[in-house]
Amino acid sequence: MFTVKELVRPQTLAEAYRTLTEHPDNALLGGCAFLRLGNRKIAAAVDLSRIGLDYIRETEGFIEVGAMATFRALENHPACRENFSGMLPRAVGNVLGVQFRNLVTVGASVFSKYGFSDLITALLALDTDVELHAGGRMPLAVFLDKPYTRDILTRIYIRKDGRAAAYQSLRNSASDFPVVNAAVARLGDRWTVAVGARPAGARLAPAAAAALDGGADPGEAAALAAGELAFGGNLKASAEYRRAMAAVLVKRAVLEVSKCASK
Amino acid sequence: MRIEVTINGHKTALEVAPDEILADTLRAAGFASVRRGCDTTNCGLCTVWVDGRPTLSCAILAARMDGRDITTIEGVAGEAEAFARLLVAEGAEQCGFCSPGFIMTVLAMKRELADPTDDEIIHYLTGNLCRCTGYMGQLRAVKKFLEVRP
Repeated sequence: MFTVKELVRPQTLAEAYRTLTEHPDNALLGGCAFLRLGNRKIAAAVDLSRIGLDYIRETEGFIEVGAMATFRALENHPACRENFSGMLPRAVGNVLGVQFRNLVTVGASVFSKYGFSDLITALLALDTDVELHAGGRMPLAVFLDKPYTRDILTRIYIRKDGRAAAYQSLRNSASDFPVVNAAVARLGDRWTVAVGARPAGARLAPAAAAALDGGADPGEAAALAAGELAFGGNLKASAEYRRAMAAVLVKRAVLEVSKCASK
Repeated sequence: MRIEVTINGHKTALEVAPDEILADTLRAAGFASVRRGCDTTNCGLCTVWVDGRPTLSCAILAARMDGRDITTIEGVAGEAEAFARLLVAEGAEQCGFCSPGFIMTVLAMKRELADPTDDEIIHYLTGNLCRCTGYMGQLRAVKKFLEVRP
């Protein structure tokens, strides 16, 4: 369990950022679900719940998700259910139980770049931008490649471009962490393939996507995705197993998206 | 620090430490129905409602509950008993340790889902673990309680 010396509840982002960056032992609080599994000693814990970041709204061309929106809100929001073949609710719906998803926040999950994340893999297959208070707005893929800096993720923007999408994961039991996961999307003739829980963070598989753009069959693309990404072993699975299963998941997701698109 | 919360309809002021967990606060305040089964956010035993939403009280800081509305099973005793009777009738009541968290989740589901399928019920209840027996008797009782097709 983590310890907190002082809980700070700022009213503005500027105030929150100032407190966060004042001292290396200060930290932001998201849902606290992951934080509580460690023993971090936090001097000032910054609670963002009074800044108005707990929202999901449809703006022109985007689904805008505030950092404090929960997984459960994402799962239930009509815009998330109706866009991308309902892929976002399906991706986060596997994350433990309803009570857990009512706690964990989109901002904390994306900012923390968790390797086991279901959400990041799904978002990576979509046209997603991340907005940081100090670092500004950038594509999710760019953010994932950047080194960690102390900042506040304020919101994400998911472009409502009408793409069809599918999410697949392999888990040892229904609510466990994914052993490996994959998300595939298609907009017109352009495909996107993402693989996560490698166990490192999710990455795009550009060679697989390009092959699909050129008309490759699902199995071929899946083999390319499994070949072009690095996989690692840990207590859940070996690198070889993950690579083999990633190919299966990518193939299933491509087949699913093909059916969505032909409707 | 001092927080003001509404617990089961009663406004209360509580003195809590900045890193105090809501489950501990509630137990200290006399709500003994709140249990910590796993302490890793897996089992659902500590489920209470925060502003009407089922939430793991083992993972949330009490200090963040300032101004919020908390419901424990003590606050919905009549409804909980009605469901408990259905559980017993299905032979699905066991040691009872997981019951408060499980029942709080079932009562929340009744408010949230209209005419759910078996899959939707099971999906909603994933994250509530029982270590005594199985889940089929519970599912029958839940379906009776939700008044969906048997």
